[in-house]
Amino acid sequence: MSVPGTRQTRLSRYFDFVILIAVILAAWQVLYVMVGTAALTPPTATLTYALTLLVEPDFQVHMRASLEAFYQALLIAYALGLMLGLALGFYRFASEVIEPLLSALYSLPKLTLYPIILLTFGLGTSAKVAFGVIHGLIPVALFCMNAVQTINPSHLRTARALRLSSFETIRTIVTPAIVPEIFTGLRVGFSLTLLGVLTGEMFASQRGLGFLLINAINMNDVKLIMALILILFFFATCVNGIMLVIDKKLHQRS
Amino acid sequence: MSIAQDTHACLRAVTKVFPAQPGMEPVEAVGPIELDIRRGEFFAIVGPSGCGKSTLLDILAGLTAPTAGEVFFEGKLIQNEVPDGVGVVFQEDASFPWLTVWNNVAFGLRRKGIERAEVEHSVNHALQFMGLTAFAGAHPAQLSGGMRQRVCIARTLVLKPRMILLDEPFGALDQQTRLLMGDELLRLWRSTGATVVLITHAIDEACMLADRVGIMTARPGRFADVLATEWTPDRDSRVVSHERFGKLTGHVWSILREESLRAIGHTQLVGQGGSL
Amino acid sequence: MKPATRVRVLIVLAFFLLLEALCRTDVINNMTMIPPSQMLVALWKMAWSGRLWKEFVSSIRNVAMSFFLAVLFGTLSGALLHQMPRVRRVFDPLLASYYSVPFFALYPLFVVIFGLNDWPLILLGLVFSIVAVIVSTLNGIDRIPRVLLRTSRSFRMKRSSTLTLIILPAIVPQLFTGMKLALAYSFIGVLAGEFILASTGIGHGISFAYDSFDNETMYGLIAFTLILVTLMNMGLLSLERYFLKGRSR
Repeated sequence: MSVPGTRQTRLSRYFDFVILIAVILAAWQVLYVMVGTAALTPPTATLTYALTLLVEPDFQVHMRASLEAFYQALLIAYALGLMLGLALGFYRFASEVIEPLLSALYSLPKLTLYPIILLTFGLGTSAKVAFGVIHGLIPVALFCMNAVQTINPSHLRTARALRLSSFETIRTIVTPAIVPEIFTGLRVGFSLTLLGVLTGEMFASQRGLGFLLINAINMNDVKLIMALILILFFFATCVNGIMLVIDKKLHQRS
Repeated sequence: MSIAQDTHACLRAVTKVFPAQPGMEPVEAVGPIELDIRRGEFFAIVGPSGCGKSTLLDILAGLTAPTAGEVFFEGKLIQNEVPDGVGVVFQEDASFPWLTVWNNVAFGLRRKGIERAEVEHSVNHALQFMGLTAFAGAHPAQLSGGMRQRVCIARTLVLKPRMILLDEPFGALDQQTRLLMGDELLRLWRSTGATVVLITHAIDEACMLADRVGIMTARPGRFADVLATEWTPDRDSRVVSHERFGKLTGHVWSILREESLRAIGHTQLVGQGGSL
Repeated sequence: MKPATRVRVLIVLAFFLLLEALCRTDVINNMTMIPPSQMLVALWKMAWSGRLWKEFVSSIRNVAMSFFLAVLFGTLSGALLHQMPRVRRVFDPLLASYYSVPFFALYPLFVVIFGLNDWPLILLGLVFSIVAVIVSTLNGIDRIPRVLLRTSRSFRMKRSSTLTLIILPAIVPQLFTGMKLALAYSFIGVLAGEFILASTGIGHGISFAYDSFDNETMYGLIAFTLILVTLMNMGLLSLERYFLKGRSR
């Protein structure tokens, strides 16, 4: 999302970002002072604990488990989402029929489907992957569908006037037209798939960061809860930040 | 500085400079401009694209403050606020999509706290005047571009402004509709007796409708010349067949052609023809 | 009924009939899923016995509160943020990655701070849904055609009148988008919280039934949630259609 009405030098933008981080950390510290160790750990303690966790081999086993499941879920969500999105984009009637269903499923609390998935896939990696997929599939499909539907018809007419083959049309006109919007879908799908996999781990696994999280919740290990959230948030923000930059660049070119 | 009795609005040494965006130069949009608009006249402003016509209208309306100079309306200084008695019709469609045509037109009136019966009377009259009575219950989205523009005009009209500013109001319409809308504008002008200032890029429109035509230069926009058309008040679009119409448009174009070339970056002038 | 709608209804019916058949013929094990018809029967029994009512009321109250607060504060924050482009720019990347962190991990923290009552649940729903409202509001205000604001100035309108008579009606379509999302996310947030740690509510009911191997209750409640969400969405959709009457733009 580009913000209209401002033009800033890059330096001042970084500066603003640093200020924001400082404000958040300060608020965190204040909240800690108000609430006490039972509910929060202060920023510095959380950060150091998180760092010690990251080098611990036991923790790394869990991280790897999560990443493996996430990677699988993402691939499946992307593949299925793109196929569905492209199909719906090119077939008008199909999209008219199916799109409201997808939107309805999108706003459904998928938590309610968890028991079904657990009972179908059993406990373990496949359940986690399934959770991830059902979360990320729909936005990828919807964005992809929208990308195809909003191809400028004059561009297609130009292709016909230039007597391009189907392959060339797809390569030179269709693909560049739909890539920006599809990428946005992939970006949104990334976040949601991650959420799905983590939530899945909370209920369906003995390994992974989600499992550590629910464990920490049940044992009220506040330090661990906060460290895990910090690590997850950092990971998500970094990747999302990179994807956002790519997203903006792609949209600028179009 | 004295202002003549029959001057309705005037600009004195008005300049407008837009501040520099990062990495770019400040933009001298307009000026310096000296302009007197007489009460009750129909004044048209033509100029090449980007010459600052719309900026000039904004300044005249009080929507923008000039960087230097002063703007007066009915003898009073305008201070970054649209004065009472001035109505503006914009280039883009400004009808409110969430209101019916009737409510759109009634919008300004209602806010003045005028009695319901009087509001109804005025709105119905304005709708009838603009030929919109049949569409009173429709929403703007159901109307064509020309009709939406008529709604905007009706909405401004109903407040009985003493000066009406129009910024390329017929820009999005086809030529024939434009000519008809021009006739309507003249009809409006005659029956309300308001001062009309019309911004247009169409030379024929300006020369056909106005009492006086101001020709703007390329940016920074200044007045290269102001012509008097000497038409009678009861004119309509059929003046196009009048001999003087050809001479007027020829004269305007001879000045404007040079300015337009300058506006699009040509410094060489090809074949200067004879002027009037 | 439009042909697309007809096909859609048929597809949904066919799906449930298929599910029914698969369950009854034991292709889908009864321990995994009970036939949809049995789900509805279980739902009916719960409704009749009054058991459902308690859970339903508990959840709905919290969802409603969370929704209301999210829409109120989200709209105001969005409007405010729009006036501060520098601040908005800084928040952009954070808002984008907002939804990938499992926020219900913070739920126990809320419980410790506020106690085991409704407020942690409401707060959880709020945290989930407020961002969607803020983003929609920002989007809506971005899209207001500039000419409408110039029109308000040509009418010499005060800022407060411009806000209520022009800006607000102009952004109603985006507000509805935000509200639909806010409803969905409030529901998700509250239910997630109930799943993890609560003593009442639909989420708790499902979780408890799952742990007790009580498939009937569990699926009854799941069916109820699906029906509820569908009805809420349909309700919002008709409201939207009413408010957006005439503006096909």
